[in-house]
Amino acid sequence: MTAAATPTRTAPVTGTAGTGRPPEGTPPAAARKRHRAWDEVPRWQIYLPLGVYLVFTLVPFYWIFLFAVRPAGSTSLLPWPMTTAHFEKVWTERSFGIFFQNSLLIGVAVLVSTTVVALAGGYALARFDFRIKKGFMLALLCSQFVPGALLLVPLFQIFAELRMINSIGSVILAETVFQLPLSMILISGFIRNVPPSLEEAAWVDGCNRFRAFLIVVLPLLRPGLVAVGSFAFVHAWNHFLFALMFLSSQSKQTIPVGLNTLMGADSVDLGALAAGGVIAAVPVVIVFAFIQKWLVTGFSAGAVKG
Amino acid sequence: MATAVTKPPRAATARERRRTGATPRRLPYLLIAPAGLLMLGFIAYPVLSVFYYSLQHYNPTKPWRNGFAGFDNFTKIFTDDPHFWGTLTFSLKWVVVEVSLQLLLGLALALIVNQTFAGRALGRALVFSPWAVSGVLTSAIWVLLYNSQTGITRYLADLGIGEYGTSLLSDTATVFPAAIVADLWRGVPFFAILILADLQSVPKDLYEAAEVDGAGRLRQFFHITLPHIRDAIVLSTLLRAVWEFNNVDLLYTLTGGGPAGVTTTLPLYVAETSVDAHNFGYASALTTVAFVILLFCSIVYLRLSKFGGDSK
Repeated sequence: MTAAATPTRTAPVTGTAGTGRPPEGTPPAAARKRHRAWDEVPRWQIYLPLGVYLVFTLVPFYWIFLFAVRPAGSTSLLPWPMTTAHFEKVWTERSFGIFFQNSLLIGVAVLVSTTVVALAGGYALARFDFRIKKGFMLALLCSQFVPGALLLVPLFQIFAELRMINSIGSVILAETVFQLPLSMILISGFIRNVPPSLEEAAWVDGCNRFRAFLIVVLPLLRPGLVAVGSFAFVHAWNHFLFALMFLSSQSKQTIPVGLNTLMGADSVDLGALAAGGVIAAVPVVIVFAFIQKWLVTGFSAGAVKG
Repeated sequence: MATAVTKPPRAATARERRRTGATPRRLPYLLIAPAGLLMLGFIAYPVLSVFYYSLQHYNPTKPWRNGFAGFDNFTKIFTDDPHFWGTLTFSLKWVVVEVSLQLLLGLALALIVNQTFAGRALGRALVFSPWAVSGVLTSAIWVLLYNSQTGITRYLADLGIGEYGTSLLSDTATVFPAAIVADLWRGVPFFAILILADLQSVPKDLYEAAEVDGAGRLRQFFHITLPHIRDAIVLSTLLRAVWEFNNVDLLYTLTGGGPAGVTTTLPLYVAETSVDAHNFGYASALTTVAFVILLFCSIVYLRLSKFGGDSK
């Protein structure tokens, strides 16, 4: 009996290693172990692939920057001597100054409206049980299958009915709507991660539900909201088809549409295209540089599991 | 908070909640109303009208033919359309190649930047940055890179690789890989961000325990990491596949569906049929078919991948 018992006692140890399942109640000695297994990766196995990928990422950025500042006709691979001629040209002659304002207006409006509407809806989904909740969640998921591009014509008809064709409002509305489902799923995930007891404590202190939400929950949601809001801004800034279809006059157009016209024909003026591209890239890259760290924590806060 | 004195804290349970929550019955409906109405008006209604128009002959430039068509449009799609099968095949090829490459590279990238190393924050910011500049801007950048006169091929030709005047985007043999690479550039960061987010929730002590038990890195990856992030992978792959299928921004502006229509996806074909050719009834039928295919594939995919199963 004892001979048989010994192997069965040692077996689970190798067994857990094999299946990778966490052994019940990891011994504290193991938890306190100094180095982590995952950190033992040789440095070159990090820096080499990362370096290769970095080249792939940065060469296109460098390329567009190079063409934007290089005098026309130059074939140098170094951005020297520099010229701002291309920028001046697209900013004034190609109306990128106006496009820039329009895109910024649309981006900020979409950011605000998406966040506010999705916050209300996300709160309801996270904190209440109500009859149509399941159906509503299903509708949110299903809406991800609906291609915005394929709904262009009915959307165009709706905006024509509403007399909103060639008004920036139509683009703001359409971008907001298509941004909503995912934003709401994400936000309800974030809210679910805030313990309801925190809110209940504030109610006990005499706050009403709205005030409790405002002073207790909202501050905790900040990283998540930054992620969702920036997602909405970047999408609205970059998206192209709605602006192309719903805005007819040039003074209402956005940067992606302007870029597309520069790309059209034989795209002879590569300098202008590059300068336009840099103008298009700068705001989103700045936004991104600020939020990328929150983006990762924001998503892990309950996004994919939401 | 000032009114706290007036109420004993213990009493504030069910009754208090009902009072402070105003009308708990109606409140959730009020809260989802704005989003619900917007989605009804600008997603559900257009979708239904697309279904409706798919059964109609509807072409604003040929009003004399307009009217109920029954299943004419659908019959034509499957039996008498020279473009449908080609564009559908290309769509599937595009999605499968693009998404699987994005997933593999994104996973690798996420695993790398999940390590602790000097310059990690900067490295992350840099490799993730193309995510911010999706769409038309990606096309603009790659149009510059692929330009036959001044693009990357010219400088490679200077080094003796390839020939002068090679245009990757106008050759039917090279346009597919060229477009794939351009789309990878912006798609890999998307996967990397989502996967990294989930990687960070894997408890570190699992690895420590596994190491104590003598499991190697490869084993740890397959038995701890992969099962833990499986749901994230399944969901982000599905979302990305749907977006890649539906997205027209990149191919529309990068290749315009050409050369000779070899990079026309089904949605691009629909856009051409409805916006350029004004044949809206037929385009609606194509949309309906695309929608059904997408839904079917998604359900099969979720079933096969046992989404939300026993992974956590």
